[in-house]
Amino acid sequence: MNETVQVLPLSFDLSALLRQSVATFYSHLVTRPTGQALRLGIESQIGECDRPVLSILDFTQVVVLDYSCADETVAKLLLRYQNSGRTTAAYFLARGVGERHREPIEAVLHRHGLALGALLDDGERTLLGQASPLEAAAWTVVDRLGRATPDDVAAATGMDAAEAATALDSLARRGLLFAPGDDGGFYPLSSLLRGP
Amino acid sequence: MKVVPIPASLEERTFEQVVQALAADDRPLLDARRLRWVDPFGMLGLLAVGEVAAARGARPLLNLPDSPEVNSYLGRMGFFERAAPLFELHGEARRGEESVSDVLLEITPIHSHGDVHSIVDRVNERAIAILTRQLGYPIREAAQFSVVLSEVCQNIVEHAQSNGWVAAQTYNWARRLGRKVAVIAVMDLGVGFQGSLAGPHAQRYGARWGDAAALEAAFLHGLTRFHDPGRGQGLQQVRRTVARWGGRIAIRSGTARIADVPDWDDAPPLEENLAPFPGAQIAIVLPARVAETAPAPAGATRRESRP
Repeated sequence: MNETVQVLPLSFDLSALLRQSVATFYSHLVTRPTGQALRLGIESQIGECDRPVLSILDFTQVVVLDYSCADETVAKLLLRYQNSGRTTAAYFLARGVGERHREPIEAVLHRHGLALGALLDDGERTLLGQASPLEAAAWTVVDRLGRATPDDVAAATGMDAAEAATALDSLARRGLLFAPGDDGGFYPLSSLLRGP
Repeated sequence: MKVVPIPASLEERTFEQVVQALAADDRPLLDARRLRWVDPFGMLGLLAVGEVAAARGARPLLNLPDSPEVNSYLGRMGFFERAAPLFELHGEARRGEESVSDVLLEITPIHSHGDVHSIVDRVNERAIAILTRQLGYPIREAAQFSVVLSEVCQNIVEHAQSNGWVAAQTYNWARRLGRKVAVIAVMDLGVGFQGSLAGPHAQRYGARWGDAAALEAAFLHGLTRFHDPGRGQGLQQVRRTVARWGGRIAIRSGTARIADVPDWDDAPPLEENLAPFPGAQIAIVLPARVAETAPAPAGATRRESRP
């Protein structure tokens, strides 16, 4: 990986952040104002960083997540950074995503045409939300190999190299993979958590 | 004084009789002495009727049920506490028992998003326990109950421009369905779906615009008064969840009612020209899980009982 590019990992325990941001004893991620407060808290911390940030949205302690709160916390957060029309300064991964979280997260991501890499609570890694079959296949190969070029993806999936390159570029543009330099390689966001 | 007889069984369908009888401008006396069975929709409906009547002028009267069991149940659901400011009560109002309640969610006012938080905080563990033990839901499904509750309650705060109530309870619909159900009722007396959606959408519908068109727009197409494309999906997701569970969801607003009707119910999906009533009234019925769905007995009549 190109070592001149450094990404700062930030972890947001959403349940703990809820208590900080909303200043109440609420224990569940429900309602739009709660989601807005969480998102503003996350955006504020990202805004204080002077280099690209990998934000971990940790759902481990979240018991109830409703659609309205998921729309404000997850979808609108990604909309701001994934659709900014430039190389993203913020990457996002979800962690601790259980069955109870998955449905609202998937629903709001699909609603806005977004996707989000996730570390599920059973240890599996997956791409949530909206991605083309080629993007989903390419993301899975990169995640499994830890680093992959278009040729690697083409070899692993059977798609041609041009299709693989298009899919990988799209994933990188959407902030779902990391393409740090000119070595032609694409990296899963989870690799950033392991550090240099 | 206009006497409004309360049917012996008060729920979503028989509530219409009460609304029709309320049309007169006289001070109403709601006579519930013969009430033998009431569900959350019926209880909230009584409160809503009381508030509507009170807003017209004199405080309405309510003759409480003769049945000690019904009175006791109303007490456990917190009905009397909510009814006292609205009605001149006649009869013996029994307080709820102090012991651990079998109630899923007592009648709870909704004024703000904070109330929605409080409801979810209070009901989540209880709902999971009741839905898994009494209705046979897997835990991962039962955990979605609070999400359903949260979204329908937020509907009041976000769209009604008014306060409202929510209540929920489980019943044994022995004859109608042959199994237990959970019933959720959410009501407000706000601007209704037509009032909420009129600004951005009425012109597009032209002469078709009305309560039914507004309900179709929100219920079927997910339209809201907000331009935010993320809005409106809560109700759509609630519909999907209720359908997945084989349940029924209906919304009455103004003079119309729209519903997702499961195969165990014979109500029409859209009703128009009902007696006018302000706000929105939501009814959700979630049936117990069965290994294989059996049809209701032919010619069955309804005789619901509490567990």
